[in-house]
Amino acid sequence: MAKSLAELKAIREKKLNEINLRHGKNGYRVVVGMATCGIAAGARPVMVKLMEEVDAKGLVDVTVAQTGCIGSCRLEPIVEVYDANNEKVTYVHMTPEKVAKVVAEHLAQGKVVDEYTMTVVDGKVIDPTVKG
Amino acid sequence: MKELSLHILDITQNSIRAQAKLVKLLIIESTANNELTIIITDDGCGIPADRLENITDPFVTTRTTRKVGLGLSLFKAAAEACGGYFEISSSLGVGTKVVGSFMRDHIDRVPLGNMADTVLTMVMSFGETDLYYQHNFNNQLFVFNTREIKDTLEVESLNEPAILNWIREFVSEGLEEIMEE
Repeated sequence: MAKSLAELKAIREKKLNEINLRHGKNGYRVVVGMATCGIAAGARPVMVKLMEEVDAKGLVDVTVAQTGCIGSCRLEPIVEVYDANNEKVTYVHMTPEKVAKVVAEHLAQGKVVDEYTMTVVDGKVIDPTVKG
Repeated sequence: MKELSLHILDITQNSIRAQAKLVKLLIIESTANNELTIIITDDGCGIPADRLENITDPFVTTRTTRKVGLGLSLFKAAAEACGGYFEISSSLGVGTKVVGSFMRDHIDRVPLGNMADTVLTMVMSFGETDLYYQHNFNNQLFVFNTREIKDTLEVESLNEPAILNWIREFVSEGLEEIMEE
């Protein structure tokens, strides 16, 4: 077999220091809706792109996970970003392209990408932060 | 669903909600038997007998966020539309087994699709739950086991980019290998 677990172990040991930082409490927690509605709408490429971009930007304090159906199936794929205070921003109709911008601006710099949030009504942005 | 691998991703999410510790995924492809069979087994909480009767009725769901449950219904419909069959069995406190079998060359059979990205997404969404994935392609075997990786690395979660990237390539190359002529 071309790839071995020993190889993975070596790769990971190199990165061990940054991985320890990943469990810090200051980072964002990103969840993707992964029920039938989300998966059919394209949650998988969104999830994969999140991993790729978080890795490419070296964001060691961001975790990416899944959640079930949020109840707004027509808005899937949905990505929710929780900050350290558990305040949530909900991004809707996500695509891998939109993920790249959310990672670069929101996760890397703390700037919410208003135009992708679920609080845009008739082109006007309502406060995108939902208090937990 | 555009790919069978998306049905797989969807159905394994049921196992996660059932608090499974281990999800086993078996894919058997045989060109000689004109068969593609997907078997998903978990050790989650199981489904009561009275719910199992109508589990593939799309208008039956235990969820409260919406009134329809489509995952198993769609998988059953896909298998049956391809000259195959669907089976579900479950035992409370023991686990659940879902089988979907397809005529491999049926014109309506959607492709298996991107299993590497599906496994990657499963690993990201599984938390501490383990995945054992065995793919049998004309009796050539590929095996992926998160328990083995966790034990080697001495970790309980594989949700880290360095590990995930490796897993993606491992699955992609492993499947390519068994599918070579």
